[in-house]
Parts: sequence; structure tokens; C-alpha cells
Amino acid sequence: MQILAGVGAAELGDFESIATTTVGSGGSSSITFSSIPATYKHLQLRFLARNSGDNISARATFNSDSSSVYTLHELYGDGNSALAAAQTGIAYYPTGLVGPNSSSGVFSVSVTDILDYADTNKFKTARTLTGYDINGGTGYVELTSGVWRSTSAISSITIVPNAGNFVQYSHFALYGIKG
Amino acid sequence: MAVTYEPVNTTTLTSAAASVTFSSIPATYTDLYLVAQMQNTGSLQRIDLRFNSDSGSNYSVTRVYGSGSTAVSDRFANASGIDIAYVATSGWCIANHSIMNYANTTTYKSIVGRWNSEGNSGYTVGLVGLWRSTAAITSIALIPAGVNFASGSTFTLYGIKAA
Repeated sequence: MQILAGVGAAELGDFESIATTTVGSGGSSSITFSSIPATYKHLQLRFLARNSGDNISARATFNSDSSSVYTLHELYGDGNSALAAAQTGIAYYPTGLVGPNSSSGVFSVSVTDILDYADTNKFKTARTLTGYDINGGTGYVELTSGVWRSTSAISSITIVPNAGNFVQYSHFALYGIKG
Repeated sequence: MAVTYEPVNTTTLTSAAASVTFSSIPATYTDLYLVAQMQNTGSLQRIDLRFNSDSGSNYSVTRVYGSGSTAVSDRFANASGIDIAYVATSGWCIANHSIMNYANTTTYKSIVGRWNSEGNSGYTVGLVGLWRSTAAITSIALIPAGVNFASGSTFTLYGIKAA
């Protein structure tokens, strides 16, 4: 069955772009979304990224809080084994994997949902689906959830690689979802 | 704020079909998001996702999944499509996949998503797939291996714009 695109497209009004950034030729050591309005129900962070080295983790902090008040649970696979892990008292939320420099052309992909980010009665819970594939080499796919143990509304998100820089063409976009 | 999430197109099959193709996809979005609910007309079979009619050995996938016992991870290289789901005649398979930066002409194209099925063969799966091409994606085909999609299967492709 052939389906032609664009016929009868209609706009949906509950998913809005807040900000987006694409890393330039000089690379970037961090990405920050600031002044996030409190007018949505949830946030979604979507990125495609690659590291200047073989450092494959991206870490997010909320409201510049890098104290040890984050926790995580994760289920991941490397193409051979499925593993699960948990950590408490860490200083960041692991918001995705980043493509390693040694794998030519490969960028990671990541989608993170941050629920009730502006609710001042709840700790903030996030979940992520992320990974990269390198055609037979050791890639990863990972499902993560975590908590920022703060009732503050999230007004900024900073994302850094665990080492190195994000390279050119890495792309980060933040969306708001209305309730 | 601009509205950023739009259906590019959707279809519900009214008869069995050997494949479903979204073509002439505009380059005006940042990401694409595919949502499908599927059954087939035969035994449990994989669904291959192909871009721009490329049936070469240019695809690969890494998966982590459970089917009621121990969790498993595997990967497939140099495939002729990204294995995005397994579909049977009993129960429905639901699949949600993000196709990131599909229109750029610099990077290989990666997808991330998940699928679930219930019935005689139940799975919950997370996966990352790769198409080793820098071409902008203009068409997407879903092809069940050796069987047809059953009537009633639904497919929707959304476009997501960035600011």
C-alpha cells in the first residue's frame, strides 16, 4: 500500500517546541536550556549526539543542582547481554548515550520524558530510551528512569558529556507537552 | 510557541497488504515518529523498515528485550532493513519509533524505539537501529517478511519540528 505524505495533515496543539540547538564546528562542552516556562505539563528532550572521544554518556542536571540527589535504574543491552543497574546519590540524571568518535558517522539517539516538571509537590521523575548502533560492533540500547529529589519546578536543564565535547551536528531539542 | 507535532499521514488497512509505504515525506521537520498497530496473515514474522527503497545491506540494529523469562540483548549487522517489530496473527503488536534528524545530509540515520506484542508470543523490546546513509529520508517502507499485514492494521507517521 502506497501512502502519499502531506494529504490531510492537521496540526496538534499540545506538543510545542521550546528551544533547539545544533552544535557548530568548534564543538561544545555543554548544552543548556534555560528560562523554561512552567506552562506545560511535561517536557520531552530529544537529541542526536556524538562525542569528540569515546565517552558515551550524557548527563543532565536540573536548575544547576549538581549535588548528590539523583537516582537511576536502567535496563540495557550491548548486543550480547542484557543487564540492569541502579545507583543512588549521584550528581546527575543520565539522559542518554552519545555516539563514540571511533565509530565513523554514528550519532546516538535519545528521547527523555520529564514528568510534571513544574509541580512543586513532587520529586521529578524522568525516563529515557537511548542508544547507538554501529553495525555489528558493540552498540547499546538503554531504558533508564531516574528521580531528582527536589520539589522545585525545573526551569533549566544542562547536559554535559561525561568527558570530551559534543561534536558538530549534535542536535538537542526541548519540547513542552500541554496537560 | 509554534505548533510542532503534526501527522504526516495515517492509514488503516481495509484489506491485507504486503507492505506499507510513506512516500514524498517533506523535509520540513526535525524528527519523524512512527506509530503502528499491526497483525499479519501468517506465522510470527519480523517487520523490516527500509528508507528510500534501499534494500542493500546497509542496516543494523541492537535490541534488548524480554519475552516472559530472562532479558536478552542481540544485534544484527549488514541487514536489508531494520528489524522494528515481530508480528503474528494473534494479539496486536504496537510499535513506536523515532527517526531522528531524518532530513540532514551529513550523518547516518539512527532510530530509537520500542515495540510490544501480546498473544501467543509476547515481547517487550527496546531497540536502536542504523541506516548507513547520509541521504535525506524521503520514503519509509514497512515490510513483513513473507506474509501480509492483516486488515485493521494502523500506521501513522508524525513530523516533529524544532524551534
